[in-house]
Amino acid sequence: MNTQLLETVHGRSNHLVDPTLSIWGWQIVLYLFLGGLVAGILVLAAGLQLKEGRRPLSAVLRWAPLSALGLLSLGMFFLWLDLEHPFFAFRFYMLFHLTSPMSWGAWILLLVYPAGILLALTSLTEGERGLVSGRLPASLRGGFSSLAAWADASRRPILLTAAFSGVALGLYTGLLLGTMPARLAWNSALLGPLFLASGTSTGAAFLLLFALDAGERKTLMTWDAAAIGTELALIALMVLGFATGPEPARFAAGLLLGGKYTAVFWSVVVVAGLLVPLGLEAIEARRHLPFTLLIPLLVLAGGLALRWILLAAGQESAFRLLS
Amino acid sequence: MSSVTGAKRQRRYAMTVDTRLCVGCKACVLACKAENAVPDGLCRDWVVEETRGEFPALSMEIRSERCNHCTEAPCVANCPTGASHVNEGGAVLVTHYKCSGCKACIAACPYEARFVHPDGYVDKCTFCLHRVKKGGQPACVSICPTATLTFGDANDPASAVSSQLASRRSKVLHPESGADPNLHFLL
Repeated sequence: MNTQLLETVHGRSNHLVDPTLSIWGWQIVLYLFLGGLVAGILVLAAGLQLKEGRRPLSAVLRWAPLSALGLLSLGMFFLWLDLEHPFFAFRFYMLFHLTSPMSWGAWILLLVYPAGILLALTSLTEGERGLVSGRLPASLRGGFSSLAAWADASRRPILLTAAFSGVALGLYTGLLLGTMPARLAWNSALLGPLFLASGTSTGAAFLLLFALDAGERKTLMTWDAAAIGTELALIALMVLGFATGPEPARFAAGLLLGGKYTAVFWSVVVVAGLLVPLGLEAIEARRHLPFTLLIPLLVLAGGLALRWILLAAGQESAFRLLS
Repeated sequence: MSSVTGAKRQRRYAMTVDTRLCVGCKACVLACKAENAVPDGLCRDWVVEETRGEFPALSMEIRSERCNHCTEAPCVANCPTGASHVNEGGAVLVTHYKCSGCKACIAACPYEARFVHPDGYVDKCTFCLHRVKKGGQPACVSICPTATLTFGDANDPASAVSSQLASRRSKVLHPESGADPNLHFLL
């Protein structure tokens, strides 16, 4: 007997839930993008200092941790805009809920600020520290000087903590989506590492927009290429996992392999956002060509598109849409 | 109390929906809206009509759906503020003043049973626990003209719910979600 579903008449029409879930929009896309970018900046800035054993030569890289915190604050503002009960946001900090990735994220975001400030202290020159100190109220300048002296004495632990907080920030944004099996297109453990890799490449791309020391630019471009390569591998594995999984996973794969988001995902995210920049970086390196802004701009656009598409695809994939 | 161990049995509230009796009148939807002052345009429960097969060999299933008050509720696990919590009898509730409206619970729910209340917090079916605690039944169960809905303690072998689940074929929606729902559809 044919039991194929012919028609469903669904009597629910709840705002933001029907006909498909649309609870998280541009505010969350921008937060995920900025959060990933900031995570990348922290990992790269700390990583560069760990590698070279000294503060950065480029002013942009020395000020990068503080600008990252500014970008993170902007991202958190967008996050706050998304809340439906915004003046109850303090509730995030009334407890730590072990099973809630969002609770993890709320506390990780708190950790990132002091980690970023200490990373900035290890990066800035005496003169630049003076500029910052000059802007502080007189009562705080003594404490700032003590903190700076402590940062000089504790460089390595600070750099490792900053890198760790960047990794945690980059991972949690993907894990927050990836641990929701109800959203079929997010149901992959690879989403966490993918967002971290994407954050690292967008963070590198952001830094590469500015004037940098030649040696540091070369290092960033190498790390950017590695992050892009990792991202491509993780995307391939994620799509493969969906395509070879059970029905809910295959539904998710369908959105990217022939379905609604196929064209924009593969053209904007994969080709324009990853393959083309990777190819251009390889050509620039081999032929010693002058650096072009096209590469970081493509990476940034691809990173934003990745988050936009995945956020939309996840909300449009639900168990009730399965036959 | 268990007669063997003397241990106090924990209540596990569950609801059965008899798909052979439901006519899709939506009285349950209206009763819920009236009892719980659900705002216009929103509903805590709803009716789904599924038609399967190929004409003339068609079959129809009518289901009154709502929050499944899952035993492994992903909404509770994902709530960052503790607003979503498990209450008496395993009923999943939302404490309004703790809810930040982040909507993680809405995203986490396999049954899309939650919605954003105009006052900013997330809302859903509460099994009318305010009536149950006084010995009553949920509003939808009370109003149903065909006795489609049965509510009770699934851990009590003498309850109507337990009796139905023991004697009838039943299913839950999307068992693959891993949420272990407590809304059973009698077939």
